[in-house]
Amino acid sequence: MAAATPTTYTDQVKYTDEIAEFSPEVIEEMRSHLKKYPPGRSRSALIPLLFVIQRERGYIDNPGVNFLAKFLGLEVTDVWETATFYSMLNLRPVGRHHIQICKTLSCKIMGEPEITEHICSRLGIKPGETTPDGKFTVSLVECLGSCGTAPMMQIGFDYYENLTKEKVDEILDSCD
Amino acid sequence: MEIKAIGCEPLQLKRMHIENGHTLKVYQETGGYEPLKKALKMAPADVIEEVKKSALRGRGGAGFPTGLKWSFVPKDSPKPKYVVCNADESEPGTFKDRYLLERDPHALIEGMIIAGWALGASTGYIYYRGEYRYLIDIMERALAEAYDAGLLGENILGSGFSMNIYTHTGAGAYICGEETALLSSLEGFRGHPRMKPPFPAVEGLYACPTVVNNVETLTAVPQIIEMGGITWRDLGTEKSGGTKLWSVSGHVKRPGVYELPMGYADMEKFIMEDCGGMLRNDKKLKAVIPGGSSVYIMNAEQIIGKKVTMDYEGLVEAGSSVGSGGFIVMDETVDIVESTKNLSEFYKHESCGWCTPCREGTDWIVKIFDRIWAGGGRPEDAQLLLDIVDNIEGKSFCPLGDAAAWPVQSAIKRFPEDFKKWIAKNGGN
Repeated sequence: MAAATPTTYTDQVKYTDEIAEFSPEVIEEMRSHLKKYPPGRSRSALIPLLFVIQRERGYIDNPGVNFLAKFLGLEVTDVWETATFYSMLNLRPVGRHHIQICKTLSCKIMGEPEITEHICSRLGIKPGETTPDGKFTVSLVECLGSCGTAPMMQIGFDYYENLTKEKVDEILDSCD
Repeated sequence: MEIKAIGCEPLQLKRMHIENGHTLKVYQETGGYEPLKKALKMAPADVIEEVKKSALRGRGGAGFPTGLKWSFVPKDSPKPKYVVCNADESEPGTFKDRYLLERDPHALIEGMIIAGWALGASTGYIYYRGEYRYLIDIMERALAEAYDAGLLGENILGSGFSMNIYTHTGAGAYICGEETALLSSLEGFRGHPRMKPPFPAVEGLYACPTVVNNVETLTAVPQIIEMGGITWRDLGTEKSGGTKLWSVSGHVKRPGVYELPMGYADMEKFIMEDCGGMLRNDKKLKAVIPGGSSVYIMNAEQIIGKKVTMDYEGLVEAGSSVGSGGFIVMDETVDIVESTKNLSEFYKHESCGWCTPCREGTDWIVKIFDRIWAGGGRPEDAQLLLDIVDNIEGKSFCPLGDAAAWPVQSAIKRFPEDFKKWIAKNGGN
């Protein structure tokens, strides 16, 4: 039976049966995640493996999902079901540097709006958008557990805290 | 940012400022893994008894007595048992676990092994929020050290007890801090909460007996075993045992992570002296959210001159609760309509969508706040918001609904002037 197309972003995804291919090293890395869970519970590795797909493919794409379904013995819809729930799993391409600015209360009252305005005007994009050269994506995200060092942002997996406009400029200048 | 203990010797924060405190060598030099040796010589039931005596309550937010939770695990179950650490720290205003995980990972490992011994669990998982990736790397190194030293794996320290601990990552979902949603996520599903009962202690991970404890809860366990439950309890009060970490953010001069004995005498002193007072000297204190975004917001009149005791009973008496211990301090520049709108957006974003009251209710709250914020406030809006949250509170599948309702209820009740200002803007009279 053909898998259903995910409903939340049908405009973004063209359904394909294509299955992504990965290097033996990546396959080995994926297998190492499975060792953490009891026999018959390989679905537990799904989120860690989706992160591998995202790293390798740039985002959670359809061929990557098809691969995981086969790798874990799941239906394609099982993989989409989980992938579409979590905010860190990108269902569409993002820039090389994914700037995630915390917008929740502590950051908000400590200067997040000015930081967001500064970043967006410097890059010429709005939150949720990617620069035309594919270098930066800016997202506003909810609390990242860095409230004592607000305002803050995360680029990729790296935390940047106690932000000022000057500090932001330095950080963005250092992104290649 | 400050990290320090006030009014007590640092226990949770013992290794925060020691160089290489995250390494096994320094951990052992500072007394680490001695409590494990002691625990392995005790009967498992006695370990649970010590934790019960300590009056330790869950530090994630719900405050459930830890020893009691452990005692719900059936001893005669033929199924494997699991210890799961909830490191999905996501409650706005809360960042204490992050520093424990960064600078003292062995304390968590030791707490989990002792829990495993007490419960008969030979497997542990640490569920990290996805954003805390760098902390997983730190923990992986600490776990490798522990395995190499015979503190994990087969026949730990020659006791005959074996245990493995693994890290696991989430991927961005506040709801996975709710223990049954966490278990769904750990099994590779969407982070939907499960019906209780059965409670995780009976049917948790893979339908096996499971205890889910917060990081700070588990790192307290070696302390309790080391000094004895009663001694640890008496650091705090009879009902709120031990010490507690408070994350402080917002408009104070010295935000940070503070360790206080439970029952610390005065919240006003804590904010105005220990945390350095208001960030801007000419701005007055307006509001404090003392336990992470989900608890009742307090106004200055509830704090100034009121000698609020900082423990479970004291904060309830003062009109809020301990929650996760996330203090968000706001000065008079903050509009409480805007701050409540901000938190409502958070709950809307984080509602898992499973049950109608929460999914629809949080959406409607934000719609109304957006209209008010755009200048379209109506005289009936305060009551309308209260009616909506009344249809969420106690009627949602899991506590996220209550958490979305309480900030709105308390803000309208305690900051009526802020709401009146917005409602009147549109000719409300």
